[in-house]
Amino acid sequence: MATTEIILAGFGGQGVLFAGKILAYCGLVDNKELSWLPSYGPEMRGGTANCSVCISDEPIGSPLVINPDILIAMNQPSFDKFVNDVKPGGKVFYDSTLIDNECTRTDIEIYGIPSSQLADANELKGGSNMILLGKTIKETGVFTFDTMKKCIEKVVPPTKAQLIANNFKAIEIGMNN
Amino acid sequence: MERNLMKGNEALAEAAIRAGCKCFFGYPITPQTELAAYMAKRMNKAGGVFLQAESEIAAINMVLGAASTGVRAMTSSSSPGISLKSEGISYIAGSDLPAVIINVQRGGPGLGGIQPSQADYWQATKALGHGDFHLLVYAPASVQEMVDMVVKAFDKADEYRMPAMILADGLLGQMMEPVSFPEINANPTDKSSWAADGHKGKRAHHIVNSLYLKPDELEKSVADRFARYETIKENETDAELYLTEDCDILLCAFGATARVVKSAVNEARAMGIKAGLFRPKTLWPFPVKELNEAAKSAKKLLSVEMSMGQMIDDIKLAINCSKPVEFYGRTGGIIPNPAEILAEIKKVGGAE
Repeated sequence: MATTEIILAGFGGQGVLFAGKILAYCGLVDNKELSWLPSYGPEMRGGTANCSVCISDEPIGSPLVINPDILIAMNQPSFDKFVNDVKPGGKVFYDSTLIDNECTRTDIEIYGIPSSQLADANELKGGSNMILLGKTIKETGVFTFDTMKKCIEKVVPPTKAQLIANNFKAIEIGMNN
Repeated sequence: MERNLMKGNEALAEAAIRAGCKCFFGYPITPQTELAAYMAKRMNKAGGVFLQAESEIAAINMVLGAASTGVRAMTSSSSPGISLKSEGISYIAGSDLPAVIINVQRGGPGLGGIQPSQADYWQATKALGHGDFHLLVYAPASVQEMVDMVVKAFDKADEYRMPAMILADGLLGQMMEPVSFPEINANPTDKSSWAADGHKGKRAHHIVNSLYLKPDELEKSVADRFARYETIKENETDAELYLTEDCDILLCAFGATARVVKSAVNEARAMGIKAGLFRPKTLWPFPVKELNEAAKSAKKLLSVEMSMGQMIDDIKLAINCSKPVEFYGRTGGIIPNPAEILAEIKKVGGAE
């Protein structure tokens, strides 16, 4: 596989950086080269947060993603800011509860999923990010559900078993919607 | 070896602890704060001292004190904080003490910004404080290299009794990459001939000092140090040469910028432009031999930096201005992207 470049973006607190970390850990588990680069500083505090994730079989050059293969957008400003940067043939995943898709591009595939609403309906507070990840792995095949499960077990401490179960559930919801 | 996923800042801290750093003195500043935070969590358990000083100036002078007793000591900061430390660094150099200083650079001058920059190149390599002196300056380009270079910096600082700096930047500090930690051979340098660690009435006092009121004595101490610098220039340079054997245009870049440049070099090669990359891993001593080797077939050189052009001076000196050296840079916290570097290669290389 060539390098897959991913941007995840949303409001601070939506779990954008965490979702990016899960993707990075998936790369580690699958023995890929990878990088994870967050935006940092004042924009993190209540403003927009985003991170760049690169997954590759080759060493990563620039870790800063400018034209992503995959965009995961969790709020309107992020969607509007990044959707035109997506590479032709790329894929966009967005939370249709919070975002109106007014993009007219026909050279990319855009998937809306009401992840906030689904998270609330299933009592998965803050699970919107993982629902979007579930949708992402289903439509792109960038990682398997098994790989992602392993990562979550690695990242979430075993003392928080309920959180692990909730994350699994959220990913499954994303994969099935 | 097990691969871990770590931020550059955290990896620097972990590597220092594994290299036997026993004292860390710091003061928070973006974008290096995770380093101090990691030290706060881990240092005590590792049997060392973590202390958040009241200022950068206090922190560097604590390093001076700890280093005087012969233990491995370190401080870290980002650009404006490093400027505050400069007096103490000059004292450490003047006292012939080993210490490691980490600069996770951000945009300047002044308070500047908090995004990545390489605009402290001149400061690190030419004038980190008053007086005639140098630091060893290492420029990592990946999280793994940050680990390897911290270990090396401690070893070389001990070997040559001088301060060593890791010149990183906000991008490297904040990013996560897979990293593994080498088995470190704990082979502590014998410092018993000079360390001020208590004479117990059994030997003469060891005095750590940088004050010489007699000019001839001061001149001798500086000359002795510079004799050591000659050995270092001979033995301690290091650089990566990438696709340089047949290159027409040689790009020169260090640290995070070199990663972006490497992507651009690969794209240029795919288009049939013979581009190569020279990446110094040591900035002082500057790899003069290695650059001349890399530039053998090049018609032009192009220095790419996150500054207004600082390393370009060393490049011109290293090749005695024998070939044209062009410059492309972004500053203020902006990271150049591969496309704009590729455009510059085409422009300078005359491919279009």
